Amino acid sequence: MPDDSIPELGGYDDAALDRAFALLTTDLERAAGSLDGADAVEQFRLEWLGRKHGRLKTVSDAWLKTAPAAARRPLGQRFNSLKERIENLLTDSAAGKHRVSIGAAIDVTLPGTRPQPGAEHPILRTWHEAVRIFASIGYSVATGPEVETDYYNFESLNFPPNHPARDTQDTLVVAGQERKPLRDRLLMRTHTSPVQIRTMEQQPPPIRLVIPGKVHRNDAADATHSPIFHQLEGLCVDEGITFSDLKGTLDYAMKAFFGSSVKTRFFPSFFPFTEPSADVQISCIFCGGKGCRKCKHSGWIELLGCGMVDPSVFGFVREKQPAYDPEKISGFAFGMGLDRIAMMKYGVSDIGLLYSGDVRFLEQFA
Amino acid sequence: MNVLSSWLRSYLPTVAATDRQLADDLTLRGIAVEGIFDVSAPVGGSLYETDITTNRVDAMNHYGVAREAAAIYGLTLAPLDTTLPAAKSGAGHPVRIEAPDACGRFTARILRGVNIGPSQGIVAERFAALGQKLILNAVDASNYVLFGMGHPTHAFDLDKIAGAILVRRARPGEKLKTLDGVDRVLDVDDVVVADEKQALGLAGVMGGWDTMITPETKNILVEAAWFDPAVVRRMSRRHGIHSDASHRFERGADFHAPPVASALVSQLILSNGGHIEGELVDVVIPQVLARVAARRPIAFSVSRCAQLLGRTSEGPGITDEVATGVLRALGCALEQTGEGRYAVKLPSWRLDLEREIDLVEEVARVYGYNGFANTLPSFSGTVLELPHAPKGAALRELLLAAGYHEAISSTFCSATDAATFAAQPGVAVAMDNPLSEEAGMLRPSLLPGMLTMLAHNLNRNVDDVRLFEMGTVFTGSPERVDEAQGLAFGATGRLRDGLHSARSVDFYDLKGLVEALTGRFVSRSVYYDAFPPESGLLPRWLNPARAARCVIDGSTIGYFGELHPDESDRRKLRQPVFIGEIYLDRLFRQSLRQPTARELSRYQPVRRDFSLVFPDTLHWEAVGSALASLQIPELQEYRPAEIFRDPKGKAVPAGHYSMLVSTTFQSPDRTLRDEDLHSWSNSIVTALESLGGKLRA
Repeated sequence: MPDDSIPELGGYDDAALDRAFALLTTDLERAAGSLDGADAVEQFRLEWLGRKHGRLKTVSDAWLKTAPAAARRPLGQRFNSLKERIENLLTDSAAGKHRVSIGAAIDVTLPGTRPQPGAEHPILRTWHEAVRIFASIGYSVATGPEVETDYYNFESLNFPPNHPARDTQDTLVVAGQERKPLRDRLLMRTHTSPVQIRTMEQQPPPIRLVIPGKVHRNDAADATHSPIFHQLEGLCVDEGITFSDLKGTLDYAMKAFFGSSVKTRFFPSFFPFTEPSADVQISCIFCGGKGCRKCKHSGWIELLGCGMVDPSVFGFVREKQPAYDPEKISGFAFGMGLDRIAMMKYGVSDIGLLYSGDVRFLEQFA
Repeated sequence: MNVLSSWLRSYLPTVAATDRQLADDLTLRGIAVEGIFDVSAPVGGSLYETDITTNRVDAMNHYGVAREAAAIYGLTLAPLDTTLPAAKSGAGHPVRIEAPDACGRFTARILRGVNIGPSQGIVAERFAALGQKLILNAVDASNYVLFGMGHPTHAFDLDKIAGAILVRRARPGEKLKTLDGVDRVLDVDDVVVADEKQALGLAGVMGGWDTMITPETKNILVEAAWFDPAVVRRMSRRHGIHSDASHRFERGADFHAPPVASALVSQLILSNGGHIEGELVDVVIPQVLARVAARRPIAFSVSRCAQLLGRTSEGPGITDEVATGVLRALGCALEQTGEGRYAVKLPSWRLDLEREIDLVEEVARVYGYNGFANTLPSFSGTVLELPHAPKGAALRELLLAAGYHEAISSTFCSATDAATFAAQPGVAVAMDNPLSEEAGMLRPSLLPGMLTMLAHNLNRNVDDVRLFEMGTVFTGSPERVDEAQGLAFGATGRLRDGLHSARSVDFYDLKGLVEALTGRFVSRSVYYDAFPPESGLLPRWLNPARAARCVIDGSTIGYFGELHPDESDRRKLRQPVFIGEIYLDRLFRQSLRQPTARELSRYQPVRRDFSLVFPDTLHWEAVGSALASLQIPELQEYRPAEIFRDPKGKAVPAGHYSMLVSTTFQSPDRTLRDEDLHSWSNSIVTALESLGGKLRA
């Protein structure tokens, strides 16, 4: 039994005991630091708890058995806590010994199994975002049929029969309509505006409404045109609604959509169902207005059409809802292409991708 | 339309703004300048590419744009110089308007001894700058005046006209070779400019071949007329001719312009020699004059205008001075009728102005839209969602979480697909002018689009696809088209990526999806059933061996399963595809399930497994209902944990399968005793054996 396996005990007073046990603890912790592998653990166990030559046995033999009665208790307490610490260290390493197998270690550089959530369609993502933005300033949601009558799609929106304005909206027509009066003929709605009329016929003012939906035109498909596309229509009718309200509303919405630094500007346009009518541009979201390829170096991007509801539109509605008296109420309407906004916002260069179901395209939006 | 800034400035020499500033100012007032290009000498200045809305035919020429600029800058626009050399004596050419509904005014002027040749000088230079083709001076003169002040005119070779000019309806079967070289058979609704023998031109649309100006022409008749917009539009559409003339006439030309245009054209032609014979013949139909050029004044109220337009960013807003200044600058004559009230006489070149609101727009436009403030109207109502929005959102969230990408497909499908996928035969609706043959029908189902999208991916070697679409389906007849909301989903290939634990999509993935989707709704009963192939009850697009119907509270909610191999072959799909469709209008009749929490038991659950061999004819549904009918409250869960068939028929006899039924017992208020478990196990075994099951050793 080598005497140097434990420190020399200078006496049985507390200070001496503390000093001696501190040295033992230091040794213990140092040894515990290299407990890797079963052999090392066994070596450690033998060194400290070995029945014949373990250090605790030595301490017990050398110190405990010769201690004066008064020192037994403080010595015993220190002895027991040291023993407990050793056992804990062994338990911890034993736990590790059973669960960790170095041989079965994994290659952490292999790719993980990713969750594969589905992706929102960029148009519908834009749709829902627009609905949320307008809901925050009091706009409810409405929808309407995709197959419309000529009356709702054109006539009640102040597109008279044979009017040149109809030329701008090449129409897909349902078969077998020739014998009907023009106003009853069925067609694919060319815009979401018919829902304005349908809603006003259903309910008196005030109205604050957005109308998202699918629309169709008989257009040749190219990178920026699709015969199928989506619009979001807005309608606000109340007493005292002004053109500056229209400006403020769309300025708010565009800032909510594209960020507070976006500026809007309005300039005259023509729609049969609004007057005054305006086109709205926003400052280019790509270059901030300095001019770039995306905005054709103008610093502005044309985004939507709008205007004050034409009194003759109220005239059509009044047949069913007399409260729409243009002498008493006024309103504005606006319409934006959701495809176009989505394409701009997400950098989509070909509108056809939006209707292809191509997973390589869609999964980018997950 | 292209506009030369130098030409524009020739009408308004005092404009101080640079070309770029002028372009901006015009754009913000509705004359959208979309491109600016430098123009070299001798013309100089800039070329504006403009886009002018269809209602503003008055601004589709240089003088009209100059009028806008004058209004913007508060300048005075000088009238056009129409002085002509004195006419030599003569009677003028006889003109008769026999179709007064179509032609409100017709002027004819005779020019004799003209020299026909290439255009020179400013006409040639400006045409070159505009990229406009030169023809012969007399023809170019007509086009030049069109670009200059906007009114269409026509020059005839006078020597080829037989007798008086008649403006009349075409005769049945009458023929005319137009300037574009096309021989046309006319309609009785067509209006022609004719002589006493034949039609010479389509009124307001295009001149005729036989009387056109040639280098040999010596004498000319200059036509400047006013034709009815609707009549010209019908002719233009009927004959498929969209000419500069028809474009302007069908949008409403200036009734007072013909004499001016005639003078300007004559000036140009005469500048190369020749003289006028006789006075201008000018036939006017008084009723048309009254209707379009002597319209009744419009009552205009400045306060109403200001009220509708709202606040301006700066200054006192829309004052009397602002409003009347704008209207006068645009050519309106104002007579005050009261405090801030005016009777506004409209200029003959603005047929688009008809009502007070049109004047309000003019005031806003010229004031500048961006001069108005941004205000938000106050609001104190409620915001309503669509009634089904939360239900749609719940389904969408679940589908996205399940790894299905949201897609949008065509609204149309082929007649074949319509027949295959419509819920009932003959309900699909055809299109009159389909986008293509494959898009001849309104889709009666979302599945053709879904399959097209799946095929699109497979054809591009994208093999693992999961998609869904929520959209409208259409049924009905030409009389009435019904729209319903549907949900389609499709899946093919592997679930997860291939490295760690991939497996192919199967029927049960779709069933699980449908269970999860329908599980979001409250229902009293849900069941799934299959139909034998010979029953004819299953949709023909499904493989009867791997397909099911989902029924909730007695109503068929949808069908799903593997695509029928015939349909798969027809579409050349090279791997199994699973698809399904849910009728949302039916599913949405159920209410959304509101989650409610139950107490969690503090007592240990106990699991007991039973391994039995069943004949193949026995389905899980029978096993499940047998266990349910035992009515053991502590039987918290039972499920098929493992199913095994032995192809060799050794471990399990042929025509049978073994199933491990896993059960879990738990009580909310006590620890389960062995006797309980023993007795329950016995009743379970007895119940399953009575179904024909045999307990495995």
